[in-house]
Amino acid sequence: MKKLLKGGRVIDPVNGIDGEYDVLIDGDRIARVGRNLPVDGVTVVEMPRGFVICPGFIDMHVHLREPGQEHKETVATGTASAVAGGFTAVACMPNTVPVNDNANVTSYILAKAAAANLARVYPIGAVSRGSKGELLADIAELRQAGCVAITDDGHPVATALLLRRALEYAGMFDMPVIEHCEDPTLKGDGVAHEGFHAAALGLRGIPGACEALGAERGILMAELTGSSFHVAHMSARASLRAVRKGKEAGIRVTCEVAPHHFTLTDEALSTPIPYDTNTKMNPPLRELADRDAMIQGIVDGTVDVIATDHAPHHYDEKNVEFDRAPFGIVGLETAVPLTFDRLVHTGLIPLSKMIQLLSVNPARVLRIAGGSLAEGALADITILAPDMPVRIAAAVLQSKSKNTPFDGWELRGGVAATIVGGRTVYLNPGAPVARGL
Amino acid sequence: MSAPATAITALRSRHLLGIAGMTPEEITLVLDTATAMKEIGSRTVKKVPALRGKTVVNLFFEPSTRTRTSFEIAEKRLSADTLNVAIGTSSVVKGETLVDTALNIEAMQPDMIVLRHSSSGTCHLLSRICKSAIINAGDGTHEHPTQALLDAFTIRERKPTLAGLKVAIVGDLLHSRVLRSNILLLTTMGADVWVCGPPTLIPADIRRFGVTATSRIDEAVEGADVVMMLRIQLERMEGAYFPSLREYFNVFGMTEARLRLAKPDVLIMHPGPMNRGVEIASEVADGPYSVILDQVANGVAVRMAVLYLLAGGADHEETT
Repeated sequence: MKKLLKGGRVIDPVNGIDGEYDVLIDGDRIARVGRNLPVDGVTVVEMPRGFVICPGFIDMHVHLREPGQEHKETVATGTASAVAGGFTAVACMPNTVPVNDNANVTSYILAKAAAANLARVYPIGAVSRGSKGELLADIAELRQAGCVAITDDGHPVATALLLRRALEYAGMFDMPVIEHCEDPTLKGDGVAHEGFHAAALGLRGIPGACEALGAERGILMAELTGSSFHVAHMSARASLRAVRKGKEAGIRVTCEVAPHHFTLTDEALSTPIPYDTNTKMNPPLRELADRDAMIQGIVDGTVDVIATDHAPHHYDEKNVEFDRAPFGIVGLETAVPLTFDRLVHTGLIPLSKMIQLLSVNPARVLRIAGGSLAEGALADITILAPDMPVRIAAAVLQSKSKNTPFDGWELRGGVAATIVGGRTVYLNPGAPVARGL
Repeated sequence: MSAPATAITALRSRHLLGIAGMTPEEITLVLDTATAMKEIGSRTVKKVPALRGKTVVNLFFEPSTRTRTSFEIAEKRLSADTLNVAIGTSSVVKGETLVDTALNIEAMQPDMIVLRHSSSGTCHLLSRICKSAIINAGDGTHEHPTQALLDAFTIRERKPTLAGLKVAIVGDLLHSRVLRSNILLLTTMGADVWVCGPPTLIPADIRRFGVTATSRIDEAVEGADVVMMLRIQLERMEGAYFPSLREYFNVFGMTEARLRLAKPDVLIMHPGPMNRGVEIASEVADGPYSVILDQVANGVAVRMAVLYLLAGGADHEETT
């Protein structure tokens, strides 16, 4: 069955396309992108004015929590959240219970993803068994089962030596090692960015240098091994500096920034709700100079990817003393509006750059399909409504958890529809998408 | 600038979560009210009916002798019905969350909860879920507002005004809730606040609080009208904040020799409990400039004032 998306603005940076085109979908593939494509024998879907058709967004840093923490999220609810946020694919972190350090867990996740049949799910395996930082996990078997990268996320890889070995070993499959960059001794029992606001609230601090030291270590190991190293959820300006220098030196390093780190600062710890546990994440919300550095890194291209670090936690877990609350917020359904509102509509980056950050580059970093509307490519498509007003409402998020600091925020720009393998898996009831999708 | 003596008669907030947000007028109101309360303590019958029919729960998740006793005496002198809940006897040890504990106490309809907790921000948390007035009796390393108020009251008994005084606060600045409340109160009232301690124990960006920070104790003490010493917790050595208690005392301990740099009528203060020979020499603690026990005495009057004002002050009395 063929479907023709007609009259939208198609942006496909990889193929140099930006303009009004028709997109012909045949089954699960893109058949053609062109002007005035024949309409005989196809379902024609007229795109409302101003809507943008682009390769599907990929969130390469998501915690789906299954197996083991299904009270926070499941593969089904997490992928429902993903497609509602415009993501056609997610890569899920291995810090489940048990840890995704063997092919059985990977297969379990993939079976759940197939049953949910919403977004594509790319599991990320553990670097070490149980993510304990001692022995390497069965990396080749993880890869064979479907893992696209390895990480001990939640924690840094325990030692420089183990990180070196992981990079060397994963290098034979050209698999990137994704690192939660952090020096555990500098983090200590810190709960917030070390700065004025943490000092005023009496919260134990985590300095930016704590992350940068982990980034520097990883970049050195990437240079030593020649393998690919990816800095997860970067937040500190010193880490950005390290990545920039590493790239200039030709080291294979990439990095991602989460929307909350280019939107909020540590001032959110005290305003509007003091000690709101939805402002607690690791790495923490940093000071203004760090936040602005993340934006600068996105603008100048040092930052490769926007990834959400979607970290669902149950209401009960967050409704406690600030220092006892778990780190993390949900991000899948707020990422696109925040990126539009804070980066695109402010004139900082063009829409095509947003698509690179959310689609083209994560596909490249993970060496997975996607990020392109080329003929024969998977018909994974995100349809954007750049001027649609969006009001974030935590209560109606598709995610099982509602832990977001953006509840009630009014933003401009959102997702109209999400198409995975030619199938419409999400239609925004608030966006006037034409019938037939 | 001295606080103008405008005639406000009530606090704007239902709670006392911290000094943060209090105006000079509100601070002055508490201190003036405490003056009247202090007189009650000198009577033969030390009791007034101001809080008759009010229930106050002292909810203490951290051991405390001075503060809890002081609150309890204050409540009793105002004729409130008081109840002490300490962590050892509460259901927290059974794994109940703070929120559930608070909601259960709240269900019994107390009028006020005096909260002491080891986590910063717990008073804010309770103020969002409880109808009772929350009084902060020390939350983590955040604030200890009644301590700062009683310190100010003690200074005001001996100095004409807080404005313009040089106040040096010396010790573990990083972990001190007393420090934060005192900085907020003293800067609000126009004092010249100096803070001093080893760089390892000075919080980030402390200058943004409007204070002068130094690690040179002589500089901090020189010409000071008031010197407040903060407790050094013995376990801080393990965090490598300083090498030894002996060295700490040598570099930062308050001795008679150092005190000579201060004004001749300097006041020596300490929120307690003291480590003699660590942050303060016994000769100084027991010496003529020390007002440490006056602080304790004034604590009752200041807490009576806070309880009285949060219960509605004169308005409440008229209705009972």
